Amino acid sequence: MTDSLTPSATALQSQLTPAWQTRLWRSTLNNRSLAIGLLIIASLGIVALLAPWLAPHDPYLQDTANRMVPPFWHDTGSWTHPLGTDRLGRDYLSRLIFGARISLFIGLVVALISGLIGTTLGVLAGYFGGRVDAVVSYLLTTRLAMPVVLVALAMASLIGGSMLTVTLLLGLLLWDRFAVVARSATQQLRDAEYVQAAQALGCPLPYILLREVLPNIAGALIVVATLEVANAILLEATLSFLGMGVQPPSPSWGLMIAEGKTYMFFQPWVITIPGGALFMLVLAINLLGDGLRDLSAPGGRNE
Amino acid sequence: MTNTTSPANSMDPLALELCALSKTFKLGGGMLHKPQTLKAVNEVSLRVPRGQVMGLVGESGCGKSTLAKMLLGLTPPSSGDVLINGKAIVNANQKALARHIQPIFQDPYSSLNPRQRIAQIVGLPLRIHALGTPREQAAKVDQMLDLVGLPKRAAQQYPGQMSGGQRQRVAIARALIMRPDLVICDEPTSALDVSIQAQILNLLLDLKDEFGLTYLFISHDLAVVEHLADRLAVMYLGQIVEEGTREQIFTAPRHPYTQALLASALTPEPGLGVPDIGLGAGQPDPTQPPSGCAFHPRCPIAQPQCSEQTPKLSAITHASGQAFGKGSQARVACHLA
Repeated sequence: MTDSLTPSATALQSQLTPAWQTRLWRSTLNNRSLAIGLLIIASLGIVALLAPWLAPHDPYLQDTANRMVPPFWHDTGSWTHPLGTDRLGRDYLSRLIFGARISLFIGLVVALISGLIGTTLGVLAGYFGGRVDAVVSYLLTTRLAMPVVLVALAMASLIGGSMLTVTLLLGLLLWDRFAVVARSATQQLRDAEYVQAAQALGCPLPYILLREVLPNIAGALIVVATLEVANAILLEATLSFLGMGVQPPSPSWGLMIAEGKTYMFFQPWVITIPGGALFMLVLAINLLGDGLRDLSAPGGRNE
Repeated sequence: MTNTTSPANSMDPLALELCALSKTFKLGGGMLHKPQTLKAVNEVSLRVPRGQVMGLVGESGCGKSTLAKMLLGLTPPSSGDVLINGKAIVNANQKALARHIQPIFQDPYSSLNPRQRIAQIVGLPLRIHALGTPREQAAKVDQMLDLVGLPKRAAQQYPGQMSGGQRQRVAIARALIMRPDLVICDEPTSALDVSIQAQILNLLLDLKDEFGLTYLFISHDLAVVEHLADRLAVMYLGQIVEEGTREQIFTAPRHPYTQALLASALTPEPGLGVPDIGLGAGQPDPTQPPSGCAFHPRCPIAQPQCSEQTPKLSAITHASGQAFGKGSQARVACHLA
């Protein structure tokens, strides 16, 4: 159409197109996987935050008189321990609730650390190209050549496993996807005319990178971040299962599975309950990531 | 159009002067290959008088945009000098340079950051250069949006909510808010609908008179240049092959390439079809430019000497040259012109 500058035409246009916030909200609700993922993660987040008030028992309190009590749906189950107790008589529901804190904390902090490292490297490599790019690409291929679980296991056994070591190790290992995505997205933006306009204005480099480049690659990075949160949660569970992650008596889900593995043939719930929780959380995060990818696809906010 | 030299600070009548400006790129150059050199801009000399519109035309890939990037300080020249208001800008502070020269880009869809509101985009130069208080800056943004014909409401919109023409108005507002002397227009209308092109061109002309601007107007659209330019330079393979006033170039082109360019312009007359300009497929590989005159392989009137000697860009002193009045020195790089 023409360059509609007449007041009536533009007024009509603004009536027809709702504000982008409203549109974003609507498309969120329309996107089923995003809605389901958000719902599950939000409820798990609330549970994790309110753990001390929601948990019926102290997750560390041992009660040897009530060991291996089955969950309520068993004949011998009771509502005192809705999900039963473990081999030391600790309430399983309480441990599951506190375990959500560990999983979510590790997932988020690892994604934050690795996102910071990977995005910084990727943006610098993409923006400057040349030697910087060569150095970053070298670091990236070196990192990709290392199997994460093996390196994390070796390092954890050298330093000693703990929640802090696992978080830092995974944070320092999982930045590769951030770097790859940030690098290629920045390469595409480097020659965008609005970046050139900012350069021609004499904008300082940090301004160009943080205000012109970063907001425009954030969509892709958020999708990567959700995937890395899920990845980190699974890796924490793996390392804890192998005895090199979060140490007992912490109620990590991976550790709960490890501690229950000797009983799994006769009391299968000791591993299906934390396993199911892990499955739900990772599924929800992946659904969220998929939904976000759809939202940030062309169209998104600047359709 | 007369030479409208601005009265103030006209110590130097030239807003922009290029002295033998060159840009050479190195291509490839792995372990086995020798790096090739590409002379994107080859010894370009050009003088743009204050208050005039200098049109720069040529095919895609002839070095127009590389030239613009060097002027804007985005790419350092390999050799040569750029003088703005008589001062050299090579190695100058980018911020100081930005006060004098600003770009308007081709594609209004990629020249505005989609994540910033129009007020932020237009006010960015003021913020970066710390000109005035936030309130003064906001007032200036409003005033500038008004000048380019955008409603006040536009300030709070995102670029995604605007049409191409409106976006280009925003880009113009951003370029002019610091009152630069010189504006590099890199094909500012070629991405727009034909119906909107005229609006934007007229806006550019109005603002030029209002602010006493000088434009370097890069285009491949001769109709646009004819509408706007006072003087015209024609580029071929990184070199200027002809320069003169608009009347000279359009009525009596001397270089065979300029003649071919003018003949290639599409006319709205139905039934004529696409004009055949007799130049063959395309320009030669710029990494291996032809010997002698770079244009000779495509030139319809090429002579043996054209492939041996490189013609110099020299002033024309022919009979018809006087008909265009004083101060209309024309230059052409052709043995036969």
